[in-house]
Amino acid sequence: MMPLVLAAAVLIALSGVPGLFLSRQGSAGERPASFLVLLGAGCGLAGVVGGLSGRGGDSVTLPWSVPGGELALRLDPLSAVFLLPVLLILACGAVYGLGYWPQREHPDNGRKFRLFFGLIGSALITLLTARNAVLFLLAWEVMALSSYFLITTEGEKIEARRAGFIYLVATHTGTLALFAMFALLEQLSGSFTFPAAQSLAAGGGAAIFLLGLFGFGLKAGLMPLHIWLPGAHAAAPSHASALLSGVMIKTGIYGLVRLTSFFFDLPPWWGWSVLALGVVSGIFGVAFALAQHDIKRLLAYHSVENIGIIALGLGIALLGRSFELPALILLGIAGALLHVINHGLFKSLLFFSAGSVIHATGSREIDHYGGLLKRQPWTGIFFLGGAVAISGLPPFNGFISEWLIYLGAFNAFAGESLTVHLAVLAAPALALIGGLALACFVKVFGIAFLGEPRSAEAARAHEAPLCMRLAMLPLLACCVWIGLLPMTVAPLLQRAALDWSGRTGEGSLSAPLAPLAWVGGMGWGLILIVVVVGFWLQRRARGAPAAVSTWGCGYALPGPRMQYTASSFADFLVGLFRFGLRTERRGGEVTDVFPAPEHFHSDTPDSVLDRLLYPGCRGVARGFTWLRARVQNGLVAVYLLYVAVTLCVLLLLITTI
Amino acid sequence: MLGRLLLHLVLLLVFAPLLQGVIVKTKALFGGRVGAPLLQPYWDLARLWRKGFVFSRTTTWVFRAGPVVGLTVPVLASLLVPFGALPAPLSFEGDLILFVYLFGLARFFTAAAALDTGSSFEGMGAAREVTFSCLAEPTVLFALMVLARLAGELSLNSLLGPHLEAAWKGPAAAPLGLILVCLLVVLLVENSRIPFDDPNTHLELTMIHEVMVLDHSGPAFGMILYGAALKLMVLGALVVRLALPWQTGLWWLDAMVFLGGMLLLALLIGVVESIMARLRLVRIPQILIGTTLVSIFALVLVLR
Repeated sequence: MMPLVLAAAVLIALSGVPGLFLSRQGSAGERPASFLVLLGAGCGLAGVVGGLSGRGGDSVTLPWSVPGGELALRLDPLSAVFLLPVLLILACGAVYGLGYWPQREHPDNGRKFRLFFGLIGSALITLLTARNAVLFLLAWEVMALSSYFLITTEGEKIEARRAGFIYLVATHTGTLALFAMFALLEQLSGSFTFPAAQSLAAGGGAAIFLLGLFGFGLKAGLMPLHIWLPGAHAAAPSHASALLSGVMIKTGIYGLVRLTSFFFDLPPWWGWSVLALGVVSGIFGVAFALAQHDIKRLLAYHSVENIGIIALGLGIALLGRSFELPALILLGIAGALLHVINHGLFKSLLFFSAGSVIHATGSREIDHYGGLLKRQPWTGIFFLGGAVAISGLPPFNGFISEWLIYLGAFNAFAGESLTVHLAVLAAPALALIGGLALACFVKVFGIAFLGEPRSAEAARAHEAPLCMRLAMLPLLACCVWIGLLPMTVAPLLQRAALDWSGRTGEGSLSAPLAPLAWVGGMGWGLILIVVVVGFWLQRRARGAPAAVSTWGCGYALPGPRMQYTASSFADFLVGLFRFGLRTERRGGEVTDVFPAPEHFHSDTPDSVLDRLLYPGCRGVARGFTWLRARVQNGLVAVYLLYVAVTLCVLLLLITTI
Repeated sequence: MLGRLLLHLVLLLVFAPLLQGVIVKTKALFGGRVGAPLLQPYWDLARLWRKGFVFSRTTTWVFRAGPVVGLTVPVLASLLVPFGALPAPLSFEGDLILFVYLFGLARFFTAAAALDTGSSFEGMGAAREVTFSCLAEPTVLFALMVLARLAGELSLNSLLGPHLEAAWKGPAAAPLGLILVCLLVVLLVENSRIPFDDPNTHLELTMIHEVMVLDHSGPAFGMILYGAALKLMVLGALVVRLALPWQTGLWWLDAMVFLGGMLLLALLIGVVESIMARLRLVRIPQILIGTTLVSIFALVLVLR
């Protein structure tokens, strides 16, 4: 089935090419592009499903005479877990783009966007099936550069250029680490082909693991390596954000998962460091999200949070492997992998529906929305579905993966030693993350979609075009499907977990997933009762007076400006995280008896990027400016001195070696 | 199985409003008043049932989803909790997480319904509700972890199983005592009781739950009141089982012990509400962080 996947990669890579030869103004280029992506995604899905059910070969090796060896591609359950959301979201994004980024409205960058959208899709497919370090890095680089061009789609805006530049610096710093990592891996295993699972002793792999954690962590956006993420995801068009945030950052997780599968006898500190990074990313990611007013930046910070949750699961699984606890391995890695799929689904859904809101109102500020559920009923339902799912609430898919991770954490009590018991602390951390995420999404959904319109644009908002809504439907359907029928994904997760941990006994890892059927059943019960009771209430409420205003202590004409705002909603919680967030607040002080109009403004810059890296880099740059003025001072005699010194040093080196 | 399910639901649905009556009566007696009859909550529900609705023109269907989910969730969650020595009708490995998250779902929709009115009062209430609940969540998890460690299993049924009676007599008594206090605090927070919230005042700016449901009327408001009573009963069942772990083996006697425990709990809440002042809002997070720390101590005690 591998040829089908390869065909998908080629079709998707070429999807943007026909448009290059067609007119800038008309819509002739976008239809073939979307068609090719859809065709490719269909091929790819067929290939992945066929490969999983064991029909046909699942690996391809082509002769290739570069030092890296051969062109090796392979499809296994682990790759499949990451490929499924990639293909689905590519297809949905292509359809969504027809309405969201039409060529006639964006003649300058529409063609560029579609070219790189196809390229990144193809790079993702190649990367996830590559079994050779050189091929992996090639795909990695194509992916990194295409995402740069997606982020700077609107290159005329300074914000997009800035975000793109930071992204470029970050991704290449990570790539450098990966170069070093693969070089060391080659020393250890003897070839650039990926070693088989569990074939290397972890004793010699400490440097490899740390380099991988840095390089892949930078791509995944683990805090404090998340610096590029909020700006980049906010600047890109919404369907690109969905792709970047939903699946592209998961390649970092894929890298970590794949890398850790190579080794056996993992030392516990591998698991502990991933777990600790997960806790930090999870809690601070969502705390930063709470403080944002820009809907896309907010969603981007939620990616940091969800990557943290995935890292929690991975950390638990790694600890399970260090301490030989099968329940921890299975539940941890299954939870992490399912959350990879789930986050891809609901984050893209949220970015798509946020894009539909931005499309309708022309603003990214949450406080400029309000009352959109009446004007955009479908978008509102899609956003609500995504919000419930990302908050990890039953009966949607986010709950299932978090449930697995919780169970993994609780199973740490099964271990012998006291140290492994401490892994159970992942559970309260996850509870705090879940509570904060709930607060954040109540805020976004409530402020944006409920109440009265807060701006004239929001009052005039219109529902998104049909193709945008059509693109969101399969994502919501998948969220509900995984939430209500979680048993259907269990076999895939189990096979991936077996592959990853190198265990062979199927039976040893199956029991802990059995209660999933109960969880699904409870979800059905919940939906059934809610529908029956809701239907009854709706019938009973027929004929209720509809033209009354909200109770305001007898004040009959409450205005939209009197509503609670997003920043006031989050103020209390943001205040509790003051030590990490350092929100800047300006104005709002009322002093006199008869105060003049006051304005209040609050802003939460990124602690790592804006408070640490920027000032640090600026200081270094100033130092070098000073040094350059001293070194390059225009005196020919001094330059001659440099030449003389250099010659002497070289001479010394030659004679000593 | 079916009989157990029915018994469980009848106990829950019939007795939940009585607890509210007991609380109100206790407070009245402390205040030197006669107070409303014990069955007043039932009459209130019946009265609201017959009334009509008033919906603000701002609201959408989300406003109606709030009461619906708020009523459904406690009923469903109750199926996972043992009522005293009567085991829960549904039980599986890991149901404790589902239990916690079901209430999260109810909170999501209640808070969203409050924001749907566009009133700043209700926005304030919603903000406080989600804030304090998310601070209470780690405490709940730590408490559940202590119980899971003692039980060695992960379903609420076995967490609150017959081993508790022996545990209270052993070295686990201290951590059990600590988490009992913590869970009692969480119970007061989650049910919007003094000292965290005042269920009597309706327009003071320091409230949480009451201000969120200000705009609901008629049967929808009745559903909210009933849902709140059910929630108190379901969460109270955890505390009561923890405090009174005895079981006789006769189902009707066990049910009596459980109901007696619930009435004692209602009495206790009434006493707490009568003798304590409401806390300042900024103190609430401090208390909740305090209970988290106390429950961490309890966890350390069982881990050692």
